[in-house]
Amino acid sequence: MAEEKSKAMNVSLEATAKAAADTRAVAEFRNVSRIYRMGDNEVHALDDVSCRFNAGDYWAIMGSSGSGKSTMLNLLGCIDRPTNGEYYVSGTAVSTLNDDDLSELRGRHIGFIFQSFNLIPQLNVLENILVPRFYLEDPGIGLVERARDIAERVGLGSRTDHRPRELSGGQQQRVAIARALINDPSLLLADEATGNLDTQTTEEILELFDELHSDGMTILLVTHEEEVGKRAEQVMRLKDGAIESVAYNRPTIQR
Amino acid sequence: MIKNPFLRTFSLGVKSLLLHKLRSGLTTLGMLFGVASVVAMLAIGEGASKEAQDQIKQLGSNNIILRSVKPLEESNSNQSTRVSVYGLTDGDFARIVDTYPWAEDVVPVRILQQEVRFGERSLNPRVLATTAKYQSVTGRPMLEGRFLTESDEETVSNVCVLDYEIARYLFPFRSPINERIKIGADYFLVVGVMLPRVPIGEANQAAPGEEVTGEVILPASTGRKWFGDMQVKIRAGSRDMEQVDLHEIIVGVDSSENVPAAAAAAREMLDRTHRERDYEIVVPLELLLREQATKRIFKIVLASIAGISLLVGGIGIMNVMLATVTERTREIGVRRALGAKKRHIVMQFLVETIVLSVGGGVLGIALGLTIPEVVAAYTDMQPVVTPAAPILAFAISVGTGLLFGMYPAWRAANMDPVEALRHE
Repeated sequence: MAEEKSKAMNVSLEATAKAAADTRAVAEFRNVSRIYRMGDNEVHALDDVSCRFNAGDYWAIMGSSGSGKSTMLNLLGCIDRPTNGEYYVSGTAVSTLNDDDLSELRGRHIGFIFQSFNLIPQLNVLENILVPRFYLEDPGIGLVERARDIAERVGLGSRTDHRPRELSGGQQQRVAIARALINDPSLLLADEATGNLDTQTTEEILELFDELHSDGMTILLVTHEEEVGKRAEQVMRLKDGAIESVAYNRPTIQR
Repeated sequence: MIKNPFLRTFSLGVKSLLLHKLRSGLTTLGMLFGVASVVAMLAIGEGASKEAQDQIKQLGSNNIILRSVKPLEESNSNQSTRVSVYGLTDGDFARIVDTYPWAEDVVPVRILQQEVRFGERSLNPRVLATTAKYQSVTGRPMLEGRFLTESDEETVSNVCVLDYEIARYLFPFRSPINERIKIGADYFLVVGVMLPRVPIGEANQAAPGEEVTGEVILPASTGRKWFGDMQVKIRAGSRDMEQVDLHEIIVGVDSSENVPAAAAAAREMLDRTHRERDYEIVVPLELLLREQATKRIFKIVLASIAGISLLVGGIGIMNVMLATVTERTREIGVRRALGAKKRHIVMQFLVETIVLSVGGGVLGIALGLTIPEVVAAYTDMQPVVTPAAPILAFAISVGTGLLFGMYPAWRAANMDPVEALRHE
């Protein structure tokens, strides 16, 4: 009920909201709340959060467990919807979309990178990279060449015929990054992307993120590791479902 | 990289199934036996009923056969010699010829018990004394020579026609045409050899040492001239004499629609003119219809058994697919996060189920087509594989896959992506 009401409200607000939206905003939260109902209790995982992520930004979203960062990640990745408030991806209000459109939006605009890589074991590297492409309405042509280029770019070289289990953790994460990049997303969402990797490999992956960032990719790292958080330009700290602080680590790279 | 979306989904399905070879193999096995039983049972059922129908068709489905039957003997008849008079009469024959509007041909048949001999070889077959129309009414083709003619009848010629098997027995190495064989005490010229109405299958051929079946056919007038009206059977301690005008009257009805009416009329007429029930009426068409009804019941029973085994196979598939869906919850979550729509997930799992069921189905058809061959090789039965059976079985296996794959696929597609991604 509450969801429907907010949906109706947002539709009327949308026109004005869109006009006011910063054209550089890739993702924007407006008074977003996410409430889970557990029996009679209501858990406010996110409570009236507003924030904006611009094109080319490199953010780290940090917080202890229970701070709401997973909820925020799910909302940012469009696999969950706000209970109240509105979330815009590249100017599109998520609440107006049906399930299929939301899937298409994820495919086109969001690149997911997971802690445990989540490659599909029965497919080889090249096929894994191409998975998001084939779910688009129009996969396009020259896909294999494109996938090879991206594999090259993330440092996989020619290991494109291997199955995931034949690769090291670092290599698997590179495949996952390539997969996230195949559809040229507006937003790269990394969920504890280095959590399963050793220090050496973590460094390599973070360098790759730096490179992608300097190429203009918008990156959001969700992490609880301070060392990883330091690598981002901006750090958002969450606590109890609200933004605790926003800080700049270093100046934005000149482009 | 495969461009066609369906082929890609198909190849993904095969790859996913190959991750668990044993499980996929065992699931396929359930389907395999289900489909094999459908195909094999249909073939065996078809074979069984075809055999019965062939035997009936041998009698001619447009015919009505009136047969003389010896009535039950009185218990006090201990005389050593007596004559029993019974059966269809020449009068019956004349009445049918005169009054039957539907009767195209009416053929009288007398059955004589006589020894038939050629050189060293002798037999005691049924010797039929009948008319030229016997051939057209029974529809039996000639192998060689000719059948009896009207003029044979008029001139009371000593000619005869042999059944294929009798000809083969008496003349193993040459043609019997224009040879003279001895029937009873007289010599008869063989003018033709006749085939049975239904082609002889290998299973129907008499094995060596087995009794030779078949008939020797003479003109009715010749039969009456040489063998008279009286038949003498010598039994232990007594001589039975029988006087029967006609043993059979075969009525060829003009069309099969009139067969029931003609049969009813014949029953009524014989009922009126005979004091005892010394006759029977055989209507092959009625037998055929009854046989077809039996066949239908038989088929329903077989289909139920086969259906149950398919159901079991289908439930097995569904069970495995539900387990697969649970096992791959995370994969489903990842695919949803990467942009897969619900219908993509449905397709993925549905295709996997169909690969399982159709794979099992195709192997099952292969096995199902082998079983009738084995049955044919080791038993007298001749199963008949109709082209519809494998097609039906294939359709059923696709249908089973669709039916039992729908729910697991639906469940997979409707998982909450957030929950699915969190699944370990």
